[in-house]
Amino acid sequence: MITFLTLLPLVGGLVVLALMRARAAARMVALAVSVAALITTVMIWHRFDPNAAGMQFQVVHDWAPSLAMSYHVGVDGLSVLLLVLSAIVVLMSLAASWANAKHGPVYLALVLFLEAGLFGTFTALNFVHWFIFWELSLIPAYFLVRLWGGPGRAKAAAQFFLYTMVGSVALLLAFLAIFLATGQFDFLQLAQLAHAGQLTKALGDNLHWGMSGDRIGMLLFWAAFLGFAVKTPVLPFHTWLPATYAEASCETTMLLTGAMSKMGVYGFLRILLPIFPGEMQHALRPLLWLAVATIVLPAFAAWAQKDLKRTFAYSSINHLGYCVLGVCVAVQMRGVDARVAAENAAALTGVLLQIFSHGITAAALFWFIALLERRSGGARGIDDFGGLRRVVPVFSGLMGIAIFASLGLPGLNGFPGEFLIFKGAFPLAAWAASISVLGLLMTAVFLLTVIQKVFSGPVNPRWEGMPDLTRAERLALMPVIAVMFVVGLYPQLITGMVHSTVMQWVAGVRF
Amino acid sequence: MLAWTIYLSFAGALAARLAPSKQAARILALVTALAGLGLGLTALAHWQPGTMLTVAQVAWIPQLGISYHLAADGISLTLVLLTGIAATAGILFSWNIEHRTQEFFAFYLVLIGGVYGVFLSFDLFLLFVFYEIAIIPKYFLIAIWGSVPRDAAAGQGGSQREYAAMKLALYSFAGSALVLAGMVAAWTVSGGTSLSFEVLARYPFPAHFQMWAFPMVFVGFAVLAGMWPFHTWAPTGHAAAPTAASMLLAGVVMKLGAYGCLRVAMMLFPAGLGPWGFHVLGLGSWRDVFALLAVIGIVYGATVALVQRDFKFVIGYSSVSHMGFVLLGLMTLTTFGLDGAVLQMFSHGVIAGLLFAVVGRMVYDRTHTRQLRELAPMRLAHAIPFAAVTFILAGMASIGLPGFSGFVAEFQVLVGTWQALPWLVVVAGIGILVGIAFTWRALNLAFFGEPAAHAHEGHRLPPITLPEKLGSLLLLASTLVVGLYPRVLTDLILPSLNSPLFEGLRKGVWR
Repeated sequence: MITFLTLLPLVGGLVVLALMRARAAARMVALAVSVAALITTVMIWHRFDPNAAGMQFQVVHDWAPSLAMSYHVGVDGLSVLLLVLSAIVVLMSLAASWANAKHGPVYLALVLFLEAGLFGTFTALNFVHWFIFWELSLIPAYFLVRLWGGPGRAKAAAQFFLYTMVGSVALLLAFLAIFLATGQFDFLQLAQLAHAGQLTKALGDNLHWGMSGDRIGMLLFWAAFLGFAVKTPVLPFHTWLPATYAEASCETTMLLTGAMSKMGVYGFLRILLPIFPGEMQHALRPLLWLAVATIVLPAFAAWAQKDLKRTFAYSSINHLGYCVLGVCVAVQMRGVDARVAAENAAALTGVLLQIFSHGITAAALFWFIALLERRSGGARGIDDFGGLRRVVPVFSGLMGIAIFASLGLPGLNGFPGEFLIFKGAFPLAAWAASISVLGLLMTAVFLLTVIQKVFSGPVNPRWEGMPDLTRAERLALMPVIAVMFVVGLYPQLITGMVHSTVMQWVAGVRF
Repeated sequence: MLAWTIYLSFAGALAARLAPSKQAARILALVTALAGLGLGLTALAHWQPGTMLTVAQVAWIPQLGISYHLAADGISLTLVLLTGIAATAGILFSWNIEHRTQEFFAFYLVLIGGVYGVFLSFDLFLLFVFYEIAIIPKYFLIAIWGSVPRDAAAGQGGSQREYAAMKLALYSFAGSALVLAGMVAAWTVSGGTSLSFEVLARYPFPAHFQMWAFPMVFVGFAVLAGMWPFHTWAPTGHAAAPTAASMLLAGVVMKLGAYGCLRVAMMLFPAGLGPWGFHVLGLGSWRDVFALLAVIGIVYGATVALVQRDFKFVIGYSSVSHMGFVLLGLMTLTTFGLDGAVLQMFSHGVIAGLLFAVVGRMVYDRTHTRQLRELAPMRLAHAIPFAAVTFILAGMASIGLPGFSGFVAEFQVLVGTWQALPWLVVVAGIGILVGIAFTWRALNLAFFGEPAAHAHEGHRLPPITLPEKLGSLLLLASTLVVGLYPRVLTDLILPSLNSPLFEGLRKGVWR
């Protein structure tokens, strides 16, 4: 099932490439493949047993036993959630580029390769196997930015690529050392070792570095952290992001923010939390500071931007900051145990909700910018517009919903996640949560500024004749808006599915 | 059977020289190379893991204990296979040679025959003879058919080629002189009865003798492996050579050096790697010294490649960097490190061949320039997309992305280094990052440059020919197969490292 899911877009991408000359056919194939992928992921969700602990649909094959490499895939609640999210975001992005004549077969093939990379990353459970997809998803992303972006795309893509590579090499070296000490690359086995407290012992005994196992563990933790911090991104490793999101075409940015940025958070949850729980507890204070900085500073930065794409790029960093905060407080264990465990679980559940809802909302926002850019001939400055509410009421209304979802309005998808993260964070790390509220506040400020400057006020005569959304565009957007409401009003849909996964993590950090 | 790789190559050389037409010479050469590859594959299928495949054993100069003894273990087989692949691809990429075609292929096949001979020799004297045979054709291939940089076209091109050819030959001979001295010394000390590896590997050379014989022989071979600071022949030689010769130089000839380091210096004089008993600048043994030189080579080669203006020099210096990983792997003296080193020999042979094919054949033969500055405005990604895609894939393999052979090789070298020389891993990691940077820079400048302001699309480049496509596919398939299923080679290499021949090495400092 999972192998099929990963191969589907890979093969689909090759077919699309083969249809180089027949653009219309290539587009239909790409759409069909991404729809089929979405159906498959939904089927996985449907068949997934939310009450069972551990990984489901596992497949294990030997690969290179002398290197502890194996083909090992499986899904838990986190993976299922991200599979569905990736499939939705890819479909949204393809729908958004339907009318974009520049996006020919090569573009579509790269999108499908990226989708395969995402599926692989979110299901692989052996480090080497996982790392293949982690790295290979970067290549299509690089070329999507490099070849179809704005005027500064070359520099932005380079920065994106090289930053991510620095993180990846650090991550790789850390895992090689772990492999040397334990002979293991398997995430589940390593998590068990860590849970039993044997990982640091093995590091100390088997690596002759003249350091204690605890110190080696800390070193390796920070190296692995760097890999995920660049990808998520966590301040101060975020500087590649605004340029990349702004220079890439909106359809590409939808993929980057909607699905690819989740790879970083996924790493936090799948690797750092289970394999380095002790180290995370030890480094909690600096981690919380980084999370707080990631929440607050980009929110201010977003307020200062004049370019809508950059505004939403910074807003994306801010939203992922909540996820980092949630993961970090989940290892905080001081206090009455049962209470604390409940708060840990709340924070982690919030993180999962936030991952999903940010993926949908951010992708939707960049879709709206794509629609706006197409109508305005590329203008996307925050001061370029005004009074759009009266010129294009349907567009303004729908984008307004997405903006309010991003802002965290109750009833829409952004609210439950952020609420649960704060519910968990306040009792566990009151100071961090309190400062982070500033981020919530600033998000409201800059998003309302956007609404005020773009949609309200006097009509800018330049856009008097701007056409509103076509029927096809409305139809394409409807399901997305519907998802926002469904998740906002019935978060149980997701929390129910991930419950046992979350409880397992909460138990995992206690030893 | 395997001995026929040597005889066929020499016979093919003679046949190609006497061939009635250019096309006949090409086809003869291709058939010869394919036969060699086929013989290698057949031997692979018949080989029992861990055994020694004796190919031929005839007394040659019995008074001196010299015999014509050919044999293969897994390490030799790996390199024989590499030679077959590189030779076949090289002929496909020199299909367009019109100048003294018959002689070209004759020299080419003599070189191949010599290389096969080195990898199959099981007698030190015989190995040395084949080693020398391989040097002569290299000189002529570069001096007669070398590629001339355009700025030197005004009458200086010839002298540049001869300079590079002479430099390469002199370095090779200087290295050989050291090897010869070591061989004579070993022969004398061991009683002058035999030069067979079987006998020498068992002979207990006194430790103080090994202490000076080891570095002498090691350096003698390492010159050809491009060890810093004896690497300077490599970039000039690679850049001046015709495409097929660059492919062979980087792909196979550099491996002769690395193979000699392992097979002769390390296997016969393992005690030379032991501690001196005192420290100079923190270095306590020849192993520390060579490991340090290897790491310097990794970083230095990559850094110099980063600032080259000539496309071919970029690849030339990258070879120095990648061969540094081979030497580093050898110096770790761990199973992982040695396995990785041999795998890296194969992997670099294939990948460097592919890179040189793109630069020398696909790009230079069409554009007649190697200057990145002049290539940038040509937008080669649009003009010859096949070359661009090949270079992207080869570059990905070269920077060690997972899924390609470079990853499995460098990854094992790094594991071994973590185990044995942990501080050098960090430096090697920086070398990898610089490697990513220069590959990316070359790719960007050569294929994705910004079009010149006064772009004249007047001259169209000739399309990529069928032999070029076949050659690229052969090399790409090799790196992918090994990358995705490393057991094809590790199952050859690992048992051989555990054979009695390497017992001295294992007993010493092996961990």
